[in-house]
Amino acid sequence: MNVFDTLIIGGGVIGTSIARELSRYKLRIGVVEKEEELAFGVSKSNSGIIHPGTQNAAHSLKGRLCVQGNILTRKICRELGVDFKEVGELIIAFEEKERTRLLRLKEEAEALGVPGLKIVNSAWLRENEPNLGDKAVAALYAPTAGVVSPYRLVYDLSENAKKNGAKFYTMTKVEKIAPRGACFEVYTSKGVFRTRYLINAAGLFADEISKMAGVDDFKIRPRKGEEFLLDKKREHITDHLLFPLPSKTSKGILIITTSDGNPMIGPTAEEIDDKEDLSTTDAGLKKVLAAAQRMVPSISEDDIIAYFAGLRPVAGDDFIIRHEDKVPGFINVAGIQSPGLTAAPSIALLVVDILKREGLALKRKLIFKGHRERTIHLFDIPLAKTERFIKKDASYGDIVCRCEMVSAKEARDAIRRGARTLDGIKFRTRAQAGRCHGTFCTTRLLKILSEETERPLKKITKRGPESEIIKETRTDD
Amino acid sequence: MIRKVTCIDCPKGCVLSVGVEGRKVVKITGNECPKGEEYAVSEIEDPTRILTSTVLAEGFSLRMVPVRTDRPIPKGDIKRAMKEIKRIRISEPVRIGDIIIEDFLRLGVDLIATRESR
Amino acid sequence: MIERDLVIVGGGPAGMAAAIAAHENGVEDILLLERDHCLGGILNQCIHTGFGIEYFKEVLTGPEYAHRFIEKIRSAPQIEVSLRSFVVRLEEDKRLFFIKPGVLENVKARALIMATGCREKTREMIHIAGTRPSGIFSAGLAQKLINIEGLLPGRKAVIAGSGDIGLIMARRFMLEGAEVKAVIEIQKETRGLLRNVVQCVEDFDIPVYFNHRISKIYGKERVEKISAVRVDGDFNDIPGAEIEFECDTVLISVGLIPENELIEMAGVRMDKKTNSPVSKELNRTSIPGLFVCGNSFKVYDIVDSVSRDSVIAGRLAAEYLRALR
Repeated sequence: MNVFDTLIIGGGVIGTSIARELSRYKLRIGVVEKEEELAFGVSKSNSGIIHPGTQNAAHSLKGRLCVQGNILTRKICRELGVDFKEVGELIIAFEEKERTRLLRLKEEAEALGVPGLKIVNSAWLRENEPNLGDKAVAALYAPTAGVVSPYRLVYDLSENAKKNGAKFYTMTKVEKIAPRGACFEVYTSKGVFRTRYLINAAGLFADEISKMAGVDDFKIRPRKGEEFLLDKKREHITDHLLFPLPSKTSKGILIITTSDGNPMIGPTAEEIDDKEDLSTTDAGLKKVLAAAQRMVPSISEDDIIAYFAGLRPVAGDDFIIRHEDKVPGFINVAGIQSPGLTAAPSIALLVVDILKREGLALKRKLIFKGHRERTIHLFDIPLAKTERFIKKDASYGDIVCRCEMVSAKEARDAIRRGARTLDGIKFRTRAQAGRCHGTFCTTRLLKILSEETERPLKKITKRGPESEIIKETRTDD
Repeated sequence: MIRKVTCIDCPKGCVLSVGVEGRKVVKITGNECPKGEEYAVSEIEDPTRILTSTVLAEGFSLRMVPVRTDRPIPKGDIKRAMKEIKRIRISEPVRIGDIIIEDFLRLGVDLIATRESR
Repeated sequence: MIERDLVIVGGGPAGMAAAIAAHENGVEDILLLERDHCLGGILNQCIHTGFGIEYFKEVLTGPEYAHRFIEKIRSAPQIEVSLRSFVVRLEEDKRLFFIKPGVLENVKARALIMATGCREKTREMIHIAGTRPSGIFSAGLAQKLINIEGLLPGRKAVIAGSGDIGLIMARRFMLEGAEVKAVIEIQKETRGLLRNVVQCVEDFDIPVYFNHRISKIYGKERVEKISAVRVDGDFNDIPGAEIEFECDTVLISVGLIPENELIEMAGVRMDKKTNSPVSKELNRTSIPGLFVCGNSFKVYDIVDSVSRDSVIAGRLAAEYLRALR
């Protein structure tokens, strides 16, 4: 049996952040994830915004964690070699009467400690955000907003946690939780795990896990968001993250430039029942396009090269992060919707605090290897550097994905670092994420995955069991 | 009876009006070249197609060698022909035009390679 | 940096015809860059017949058609072929960088012919709603998987669009023993050649739904079903006329776009709507000495016309080089 001091359920950004933070200490740490790869749940459809902390209620937990998380994320990105681009955000008012709301937002954010806020006028907007529609009258400018690649952050966090001793188990679905003395026995699709402390970071399924552990006092309601990615050719369509004034349930439909350079418009916000409904709709497209064009009129339907839907795990207005006293040793980290990605590092610190308070002995390791070498992506280095890499390893010159310039070396490295599926390679390297959508590179990637993982081609999947690509091969006959 | 037949001999795709009596063609109009006539007669009286596919090759530059019948075969034999093609394994280099199977399925046509594999 | 008289990017039918024509018109130093490990481009996966009727007055398959050009290139030592070579940057002065295993090369071309072909429109470009499971392929990718790799990517397919590749793949799926449930075409008639409708669809009794569009794709991990809806003359949905097909595969065949990101990078004036260079004359662009031919200049119906027009690009490049001296 696998025995741990702390077991984390859920391999998204929250679970991996907690695992990495805990890996500073002399502990046996495990993470179980039901999908074939990490970040395949809520995290994979995150937009990658590192929020400054605006648009949170003045005394909210998530507001406080977000402001702190914004600072911590920069440090983590530096340590892990993940790109963090500080671009700043603008919350835009399109009518004079909305100015007072901007002021109120500013005051609320200042109360939370968001730095550098200012109200900018239409002249400033015209100069600094020239594609913005001319109806904009003013905006709240928050300079500390930024973007990261959400999945690369998860992969790099997990890699670093692994390096410091944490163990990760994918395709491991929790089925039952039973207390056993001062421990829990966690029954999964891959056997039983025993742990002293159990942390529930199961995203959309956190309510079900909590219920298994004996706490049934919240429900996760999925709130669907449809997002639409634009061609990289429109990379400079905006210089900042653009938000309309927020509504009660969401921050509205935004325009951002993702860390990979593709602008993204969305998301919608729709309460649904099905935790697995990731479909996009014609209505969603219409809505997002109209809202985006209201801010930047030159955005066109033809710019769209991809779209997807994500589900926010909503459990009321705020995050639920607490030790459940009636089940000693069980900690819920639930309802982590926006700004969960930003808050992840501070959530991890909070969880460590809670564990300490609940009696977990935290002894720092003498050596914590907090740094990891930056992953090489040909698309973001200058050609002179590319040449050096090619000289060192010829397979950097073996281009697999022509749209995003990804080499066979990068694809193989991604697999060696944990990718097991086509989506896993896509999230790590961007191969298949460009305008041809894998028409060119899928064949080659199938073969590379098959070679590296020693699985037959028929067993290679898009994102795990049942999503196989090939139905038959000639050698079957 | 008049039947409309689209000629597939070239990309033009002439639509021919074919007068048919029983299973015999008696009159053809609408064709831009003599091939149309030939096609219409064959299509009504004994429809045939050139079959193209691939056969598995092992150990050479191509994994799949594309092949075709060197002349059209009756449409009704295509299913049978595909079944046979799927069974073939090539274990030597081939050049374009090399005969993979002579007198394929006793239809009086050869199955030939359409790409070289070294 | 190496200087070359003529660099041609793309070793498909357009690039090969241009290279041969340039050579025949006296160009003695030609570098032909091809990203695949062999010449021929997309023709290699087009194993069906129907090529060459105009250009060679013979009915050929794609590989046979390509082979005629490959032989000529092999016999011309003045044409240097560099395979597995990806151009990653192109500058206004016709300087380009290409990568191949182990090498990053920097070349200045006195004259340049871009013959980069076209790519297929994707599901995303026509905004089909629904989920994103495994089993959605461009018709060309399915063609490559079956014809080059011997891998069948589905057993029950629906084909979106009646482009030629889609129709040809309908037949290919049927021949391989898979089932094709329907071809769904938003237009009121086929976009493909009539003969492909006859020999690929009618021969196999595959129903074609004109004036229909796929309204939604269903399925969590793998495609399970699609729904289609009838549209009016302006492509607006006609309510209540939805039909469903159970399938594990959707092939997308809704048109081609010239692949011109490199010349766009170099600053060639582009027509944003068609993704092709703005040009008053065949094969010419706004940059002198930079020519574009074949499907990257405009999307052609048949390869014979690509070869015919690409010969002109080769000649234009030769004339341009003569004038430089």
